[in-house]
Amino acid sequence: MKEEGKHKKAKKYGMVINLDECTGCGACMVACMAENNVPFREDESNKLDSIAWMRVYKLTNGKSYPEADICYLPRPCMHCEGDHGHSPCVSVCPATATDYNYETGIVSQIYTRCFGCRYCMAACPYHARYFNWWDPVWPEGSTKYLSPNVSPRMRGVVEKCSFCFHRYQLAMDKAYLEGRTVLEEDEYQTSCTQACPAGAITFGDLNNPEHKVHQLAKPDNKHGGRPGNPNVFRLLERLGTNPKVYYMSSREWVRQAGDNYIDNEDFAKNYRH
Amino acid sequence: MSIQDDKAKEVSADGAAGPIILFFILGLAASLVFGWVIFPKLLYSQKKQPIDFNHVLHVEAVDEGCESCHFFREDGSFSGIPELAQCVDCHEEAQGEDPNEVKFVEEYVANGREVPWLVYARQPDCVFFSHVAHVKEAEMDCGTCHGHIGESEHSRVYEENRITGYSRDIWGKNISGLKKHTWERMKMDDCAECHATKEIKTDVETLPWPINWLPLPYKKQTGNQASVTTVKEACFVCHK
Repeated sequence: MKEEGKHKKAKKYGMVINLDECTGCGACMVACMAENNVPFREDESNKLDSIAWMRVYKLTNGKSYPEADICYLPRPCMHCEGDHGHSPCVSVCPATATDYNYETGIVSQIYTRCFGCRYCMAACPYHARYFNWWDPVWPEGSTKYLSPNVSPRMRGVVEKCSFCFHRYQLAMDKAYLEGRTVLEEDEYQTSCTQACPAGAITFGDLNNPEHKVHQLAKPDNKHGGRPGNPNVFRLLERLGTNPKVYYMSSREWVRQAGDNYIDNEDFAKNYRH
Repeated sequence: MSIQDDKAKEVSADGAAGPIILFFILGLAASLVFGWVIFPKLLYSQKKQPIDFNHVLHVEAVDEGCESCHFFREDGSFSGIPELAQCVDCHEEAQGEDPNEVKFVEEYVANGREVPWLVYARQPDCVFFSHVAHVKEAEMDCGTCHGHIGESEHSRVYEENRITGYSRDIWGKNISGLKKHTWERMKMDDCAECHATKEIKTDVETLPWPINWLPLPYKKQTGNQASVTTVKEACFVCHK
């Protein structure tokens, strides 16, 4: 990887989600399921069994009326870089069914290699991974609406958000035809980014200063990608997973909700090191 | 007990050894015949293409070789097997008296129906293959993977694996999985074979003799690292 970097600059695709703009409508979840052939069941009420690569959580500040406040938090796969590609899930997989790509910074999931031990699910601190307890059953006729660019999964394997990697592949195809090897910012965007009616999600290359995600998050690569913008935070920052999904909020209680603190801990002091 | 055992041994040593060996050889021969001859016939169904296509005739008539019909679209995707619209450009009406062409025009062109071609090289659903990366970026010939298909005068029989539903071209004609040419098999190992050797040839420079015998750390990488390598992180490049 180090040698590769000399010749071709490694990309680090990531996301900044503005929680002040998210309305919790769930359009990102719907767009994601349709784009990635995510299977569903007749009864989706048991959230331990159902699959959602992108899931919107509701946060509350726990206060009563005048100060009561809520916030919606969309959660895709964080595509953790960890320490030099040691993502929690990648380092535990016994089948090399999931790996960290240094060229794009995307954590892959190879369904045909996965044998369903679910060690990665246990390792993932974000609950971003889901297990297929059943073979997908598509209602009659709906197989014609499946995306041909994403292979449907079978019973017994783990799946998760891929940052719509197939869109990267298709964009690269077009670039190759035009004799390029570098993509423009708008050529590769995830499905959820484009579906968000509030424009709360920004997607791009965190290593490229011209991309909006870099300007918003100001990631400090020397310190595990820590955000330079004081309004930006990452989930469970202190675990050292080095995720590539950044959240942005002007509200302190929301930023505080992104990690766990012991009682009487000084948030401002400990979070900003 | 021991007396009985001795007796049993004597009996087998005297009379039964011959038949046992014979039975073993016969059984082995039968198994081999079943495994190498009968099983492949049972495993693969034989299907005919809806139209017997003559590549030689078409290659002579078009200007740009393979890419006249098998071209890249503007978005970088590959047309693969041409759609009816491409054929209609020339075959709105039958140009000759070949029964195959007449059948094609009457059954498909006249009714506006796509020909249900059987795709010899169709990969399983989990495989992502970019034609443009190989043909344009890596400047490979079609023949490296597809063989001299442009020289065929008839469509060969399509053999489908009855269990997996995949074309026999993926496993290869040889049931033992051996091959002489690059285009005889299309399994993952065959992709990997080329990618592994490519990486060594283009990207690693070894220090000059006499240091050349030194082990790997003294090899240094030169030029652009190919986007697909055999390193661990490359799975997602070809899988979807």
